[in-house]
Amino acid sequence: MGKEIGMLVVSHVNNIANGLSTLLDQVAKDVTIVPVGGTGDGEVGTDYERIQEAMDAFEEDKVWAFYDLGSAKMNLEMAMESTDKEVRLFDTAFIESAYTAASLLQADVGEDAIVTQLDELKVKE
Amino acid sequence: MVEIASLKKWIELFGEKVTENKEQLNKLDSDIGDGDHGSNLTRGAAAVKEKVSDAEYDNLSDFFKDVGMTLVSKVGGASGPLYGSAFISMAKAAKESDDAASLIEAGLEGIQKRGKAEAGEKTMVDEWIPVVEALKNGGLTQEVIQDSLEKTKDMKATKGRASYLGDRSVGHIDPGAQSSAYLFESLLEAGVLNG
Repeated sequence: MGKEIGMLVVSHVNNIANGLSTLLDQVAKDVTIVPVGGTGDGEVGTDYERIQEAMDAFEEDKVWAFYDLGSAKMNLEMAMESTDKEVRLFDTAFIESAYTAASLLQADVGEDAIVTQLDELKVKE
Repeated sequence: MVEIASLKKWIELFGEKVTENKEQLNKLDSDIGDGDHGSNLTRGAAAVKEKVSDAEYDNLSDFFKDVGMTLVSKVGGASGPLYGSAFISMAKAAKESDDAASLIEAGLEGIQKRGKAEAGEKTMVDEWIPVVEALKNGGLTQEVIQDSLEKTKDMKATKGRASYLGDRSVGHIDPGAQSSAYLFESLLEAGVLNG
């Protein structure tokens, strides 16, 4: 645990989540980045239980969550309702916003300033 | 009031219908979505059956909660959190009420809270809203279920994956409304409303 905020990246596909995590690690070596992709049996989809476990397992108290498509968001919201973590969910362009957040968290830019910058990348409702 | 035995029957019949019509649900979903609605619900129904069929329940809430949590966990697509939220919301409502209309209405609220859909957006909600209205007025019939389903055909999707298709979604029955129609047909057949 290197920073105050950890990042959870959720995709319908395991390789996408892992690939994004690889990309983010390159710019944010001190930020905890946890990928969750696909269903428990390796199919395309999102899995509430795996998202819940990943969210709860962060050492950080604050978690920023990024997702690709609709049902990932619904499962994230369900997990948020039962976790003790302080989770912020971003309806932003998945790769671009996660990359922006990771690099700015690494650079210790303040939380509010990062959120303002991420707002411009909002593409989902 | 509703009773556990008829609720079990309800969920069992629903599972049979989505399993029998798996390919048809997949087909409807492939027209305007990703084509896995039938397969997802069939998997969920099998898991629910395993969970609840031999279990003993002394209250409605525990039953609904088991159904809801199993659907959330085992149905891979968007229908998992949506149907799951419906039953979890019914579980909460069942602590206060055993009236079918109140319970189904709570289910609708759970779906809308999760999916943020309103009437007329070509989603499962377009099946649930008229059914709740009919239940409140004591008149849920097969006609209400079928008419509501048919109405989704002419709607343009503005929520969910079908919304990417815009105008091209018109002319197709919504797969979530179709599976919800099976749910409510099962509700009638199981005699849940006869109590």
